[in-house]
Amino acid sequence: MAASPMEQFEVKPLIPIHVGGYDISFTNQALWMCVVVGAVSLFMAVALSKRSVVPTRMQSMAEMSYEFVANMINMAAGEEGLKFFPLIFSIFLFIAASNFFGLIPGSFTVTSQIAVTFTLTALVIITVIVTGFIRHGFGFFRLFAPDAPIYILLFLVPLEVISFCARPMSLSMRLFANMLAGHTMLKVMAGFVIALGGAGGAYTLLAAAPEVLIVGLTALEFLVAFLQAYVFAILSCIYLSEALHLHDNH
Amino acid sequence: MDMIHAAKFIGAGLATIAFVGSGIGIGVVFGNYISGALRNPGAAQSQFTNLYIGYALCELQGLFGLLIALILMYT
Repeated sequence: MAASPMEQFEVKPLIPIHVGGYDISFTNQALWMCVVVGAVSLFMAVALSKRSVVPTRMQSMAEMSYEFVANMINMAAGEEGLKFFPLIFSIFLFIAASNFFGLIPGSFTVTSQIAVTFTLTALVIITVIVTGFIRHGFGFFRLFAPDAPIYILLFLVPLEVISFCARPMSLSMRLFANMLAGHTMLKVMAGFVIALGGAGGAYTLLAAAPEVLIVGLTALEFLVAFLQAYVFAILSCIYLSEALHLHDNH
Repeated sequence: MDMIHAAKFIGAGLATIAFVGSGIGIGVVFGNYISGALRNPGAAQSQFTNLYIGYALCELQGLFGLLIALILMYT
């Protein structure tokens, strides 16, 4: 019997460290986060070490990712949103890289842990709230009251408050559940291959069918990995834009 | 005790019905985007962001179902 499909998400301590009753062990989760951050930093450092007017392949990759995120922020949050470029760019690259690293067989998907995705979301939401209060003071609460007649506001304000409070949950849950569902699906399909292959006789030939399906699903997972990083970044931009412009601009 | 376990698994299975709505929603989003893009290809690029926001919001509703299924199965 193959291992459970959920086994890949287990956080295992690699170097046990206990300080004052708290377990702060260096886990496989921490290891892969270090790998992701290291790989992204290394890529950026190497790609931009020799800056030339006619870019090399690596330099143009780095420039493309920069322009992609800059365009996205400009479109969703306007000129003012570009102040938050470092935040959005780091979040986008971190999520995209950890999603792609998670697709390496045998690796650990950092973003499949709700602790990680919720921390990233908390970072974005706290930035949104702090930015809103710095720019508008208590006028930030106008976010919950768009221009509408008073009898519509009675219904609209509770709805806006609920939707604002649901954002951290929906943003973190989307990334976490997408990664969890995709990787579980791949493992379940892999379990089919092993079970059919071990069954013997004509069943062994049938094992090719889920095998082919896995190849297709892996391609789909690459799309999802990029798409989720994109969606996370663009939604962060939109939330920031609402904090910057309230309901005026858009 | 066995009854509770059985009911949990049935509930987890039922929770996956959420993906029906998610599938319909994503179909509507992409279908309407493509029909709009074919009528006015010039405006298609500018609506790309909205397309993926709509997609993400639809998908989330299905994923909540998955989450409920996981909570039922593993708690």
